[in-house]
Amino acid sequence: MDSEKQVLFAGFGGQGVLSMGQFLAYAGMEAGKNVSWVPSYGAEMRGGTANCLVTIAAEEISSPLTENPVMAIIMNKPSLDKFEMKIKPNGTLIINSSLVDRPPVRDDLKVLAMPLTQVAEEINNTRGSNMIMLGAYLEKTGVVKVEDALKHFEKIFKGKKESVINKNREAFLAGVEYARNNW
Amino acid sequence: MKTVFKKPESLTDAQFHYCPGCTHGIIHRLIAECVDEMNIRESTIGICPVGCSVLAYDYFNFDMLEAAHGRAPAIAAAIKRLLPDRTLFTYQGDGDLASIGMGEILHASVRGEKICVFFINNTVYGMTGGQMAPTTLLGQVTTTSPYGRSKDNEGYPAKMAEILAQNEGSAYICRTAVNDPPNVMKTKKAIKKALQTQAKGLGFSMVEILSTCPTNWGLNPLDSMKWLEDNMIPYYPLGELKVKEDR
Amino acid sequence: MEKVLMKGNEALAEGALIAGCRGFFGYPITPSSEIAEYMARKLPGLGGVFVQAESELAAINMVYGGSSTGTRVMTASSGPGISLKQEGISFIAEAELPCLIVNVSRGGPGLGGIQPSQADYFQATRGGGHGDYRVIVLAPSGTQEMMDYTIEAFDLADRYRTPVMIMAEGTLGNIMEPIIVRDPVEKFYDKPWAITGCKGRKPNIVNTLHLASDFLEERNRILQAKYKLIEQNEKRAETFLTDDADVIVVAFGLMARIVKKAVMEARKNGVKAGLIRPITLWPFPDEHFKKVAETARMVLSVEISMGQMVEDIRLSVNGRVPVEFYGRIGFTPNPEEITQQLLLLAEREGF
Repeated sequence: MDSEKQVLFAGFGGQGVLSMGQFLAYAGMEAGKNVSWVPSYGAEMRGGTANCLVTIAAEEISSPLTENPVMAIIMNKPSLDKFEMKIKPNGTLIINSSLVDRPPVRDDLKVLAMPLTQVAEEINNTRGSNMIMLGAYLEKTGVVKVEDALKHFEKIFKGKKESVINKNREAFLAGVEYARNNW
Repeated sequence: MKTVFKKPESLTDAQFHYCPGCTHGIIHRLIAECVDEMNIRESTIGICPVGCSVLAYDYFNFDMLEAAHGRAPAIAAAIKRLLPDRTLFTYQGDGDLASIGMGEILHASVRGEKICVFFINNTVYGMTGGQMAPTTLLGQVTTTSPYGRSKDNEGYPAKMAEILAQNEGSAYICRTAVNDPPNVMKTKKAIKKALQTQAKGLGFSMVEILSTCPTNWGLNPLDSMKWLEDNMIPYYPLGELKVKEDR
Repeated sequence: MEKVLMKGNEALAEGALIAGCRGFFGYPITPSSEIAEYMARKLPGLGGVFVQAESELAAINMVYGGSSTGTRVMTASSGPGISLKQEGISFIAEAELPCLIVNVSRGGPGLGGIQPSQADYFQATRGGGHGDYRVIVLAPSGTQEMMDYTIEAFDLADRYRTPVMIMAEGTLGNIMEPIIVRDPVEKFYDKPWAITGCKGRKPNIVNTLHLASDFLEERNRILQAKYKLIEQNEKRAETFLTDDADVIVVAFGLMARIVKKAVMEARKNGVKAGLIRPITLWPFPDEHFKKVAETARMVLSVEISMGQMVEDIRLSVNGRVPVEFYGRIGFTPNPEEITQQLLLLAEREGF
């Protein structure tokens, strides 16, 4: 199914990898699409790494699992080591170059890199790095339109403090801005 | 004509299947009398165990459930929580309560489940033919401790009343015996106090009742009573171990 | 209708509340614990009872007691915990008490791992504990079904006075998908057999001890008659592109959705594949296999196990068509590898 998009989010615990995926799933659902969010759990969870797979599709999602996603957001080096060889041929890697100190071995992959730590420090929001990355990802891919995602911030962060929501929105927009200027 | 003695309403007409000299019959009757006197027959639910008293559901004239071996306190706790205005009791032997059901009884007490437990301790597995129980006394010969229970091999007999009395959730813990009429009367008093403890919502209650097993002890009923007095009471002292007066 | 994004375990728990479940008794174990956590948050506010039991043994016996009051009650666990519960499930089946038992299953044997698994199929469909009994087993394939089948399970349990099991591989408990939250159930059943205190009636007895041989056999015949009725009425399966298929793939749970994708991919590559997805694992939907046994050239069972359901498939096709097996443990076979299997089979068999 060509209109079905699957993206893998991978990093270490504390980087907000799972919530990044959840945000995308919420945003996709609010935009009227079929979505699924599958966290890694099990042995993979141990050792501090985490990942989740989000599928967004116009029609019914048959398999929410894949071994070979077309795209992966790689937040640290162990995740690159683990998943690089699994990405579909000619797939895309979005890489946090602050924590990944090597380029991919494969030469068929499209690589979009961002020095995430630096970008986060510029807006004085190191805890918002997952939202920065998500903003950049959506700006680049349009899986869910940036303006649609922005519309649903209040709903997705329901129950959170206004200031927290604003912080996240600011981080998201910083990512959008980075992608626009650099990718 | 004036009735001076009758079968409690809380007992059915079924004939007890217990061996001659067994004290289950006495204890069943004591419970039934207390339930009658408190006028709670229609709101009482009893849970019977696996062991000689497995058929107790045929003898009590109120709603009964027959449990898996050792699990009666878990079952009673669930029912009590779902139907808090009913009176729940379990009737358990020493194998059921102190061996396979040690987990359930301890945690029912730890959680302070508002149920009554009537624990019949006769130091031996009756129904299966006289095997060693956790409460078998040191030196006591059973079919699975043929050389007598030893502290080095089988360990010491479990003092359930003392163990459970330590838990904050326990509101009333008492040990009695049914070896002579005064002790039978004290046992009835304790059973009633346990039921009242539940009615007041004070917490978990247990009456450990020292009992006999003439068949598996290989003694006649009278000698059994004497054996209880001479051997069991010294190791399992009688009396109230925990009495909580208010919540 | 507005959809909400929910985790499978939470959708299941919410489904139970919608069905009127007011008692949950459980013990923590990955990957099912979120069900207990959800119930611990919600039940007190609904006048229900939540108890974290000291053990799986105690938990299932609390279900035994809880169900005997006529209340809709449940427990949830995973592999090792479900093994411990088998004693109680046998009692509950014979006492003819309705309840829901959820197995969000993980890999075994032994402590195994917490990866998704379907290797408890035998345990679930053969009764699991001692004696001649069966448990209705439903296998959802997505988050919406985690809710819907739970609601259905409580109805089946009451209708037939029997324990019902939901078996879902671990992933289903953890996956989030948008679902429509159902309306609260309003149809409930009279339970004159319940243990509630004998006010105004004869005492009720819940009992599974039958020392007289005649009565023991009679009780077994009564149970078997009920199971016959369930077999007649409740076999369920979903079929996909089976009419013209050369190879029928059989899978249940989330695995079936993954197979569906492989079936479509195989067709793109010229292999006519189809899918049968058993929804009831017991009673097994054997009738769905009668037709394909005439038309298909091969059946392939895909399971997250070393091969369990494949035995029921073989019984169902009764030798009329060859049945092959593909399965893994610790990993969920992915669409790509199943497609590969189908292409290899087609090449080998020449279709």
